[in-house]
Amino acid sequence: MNGQFEPDDEYKRRQRSRNIVVGLLLVGFAVLLFAITIVRLKDAL
Amino acid sequence: MSTSHSAVQLPADWRDFFALTKPRVISLVVFTGLCGMLAAPGTIHPVIGFTAILCIALGAGGAAALNQWWEADIDAGMRRTASRPLPSGRMDRTSARDFGVGLSAASILLMGLAVNSLSAVILAISIVYYAVVYTIWLKPRTPQNIVIGGGAGAFPPLIGWVAVTGDVTLMPVLLFAIIFFWTPPHFWALALFVRSDYAKVGIPMMPVVAGEASTRKQIFAYCVILLPLAMTPWWIGGTGLIYAIAAFVLSLAFLALSVPVALRRTNGEEDPMKPEKRLFGYSVLYLFAIFAALVADRWISVQGAAS
Repeated sequence: MNGQFEPDDEYKRRQRSRNIVVGLLLVGFAVLLFAITIVRLKDAL
Repeated sequence: MSTSHSAVQLPADWRDFFALTKPRVISLVVFTGLCGMLAAPGTIHPVIGFTAILCIALGAGGAAALNQWWEADIDAGMRRTASRPLPSGRMDRTSARDFGVGLSAASILLMGLAVNSLSAVILAISIVYYAVVYTIWLKPRTPQNIVIGGGAGAFPPLIGWVAVTGDVTLMPVLLFAIIFFWTPPHFWALALFVRSDYAKVGIPMMPVVAGEASTRKQIFAYCVILLPLAMTPWWIGGTGLIYAIAAFVLSLAFLALSVPVALRRTNGEEDPMKPEKRLFGYSVLYLFAIFAALVADRWISVQGAAS
């Protein structure tokens, strides 16, 4: 037992699906922040 | 070395994080928050309005995650909650805590930056109220936990209203009060038919501590209070006749359904608790309907004024 962690298919599947969800959420937040900035800029002008 | 891992060693599935936010509760929170926003006098840009509702949902989700983090051991002992991500071992507690703190902080920050500071402050109070005052402090200590803790669920329409107007007036406080007084009959009806579960894990729910008869009387008392309270927005001139009629009919039906619950005595373990289940089901419908009536009333009055 050398302490090395060898991911199995289920581990990799979960990691991949989590990465996809987190990535989509980050993109969603970026779009939302962009839209908020535009709205606030229009208010300020 | 084997490449198979136990459920805890595996990273939690994203669906488990989603389940941690109590999506069904969020749907009610989002609905009442949206209604508070739509019923408020004034306008809000759709992007800012969407952000406010998103923040309410994220805040509620964060508070729910913190609730499940704290109550993991209690949840494991109850049939209704044993399959949740933490008690079933699909997620470790640290992940749940970090997720809850992160979601809560993000919601408050975004609300403050994008909407207004008052709604962010009220959102922060509501999260602390639910996660700390209710979950950690009141729930394990007093049978009045639901009464005082009901305040946490009453915040969304107040936040939605303040997101539009930027200040707290009597109308949003009344919306808060309606949910506050609706909560005890809603939860105690549930507690009556899951009583054995709560008793098993030592949570001092009203039926466990004060007994069934006392709980039934209190359910009726709260329904009596709810009837005039639900009419108050109309009495102070905050709504029109459509809301008044809807609030009266809905609250009267709520009161009528609480009568058989108040009068009846159960017949032991095999009792199907039909009146209690009917009251619980109706209570959910009641909240949706009364807030929908509030928005419909506002929308019709705005249309009438415009034409």
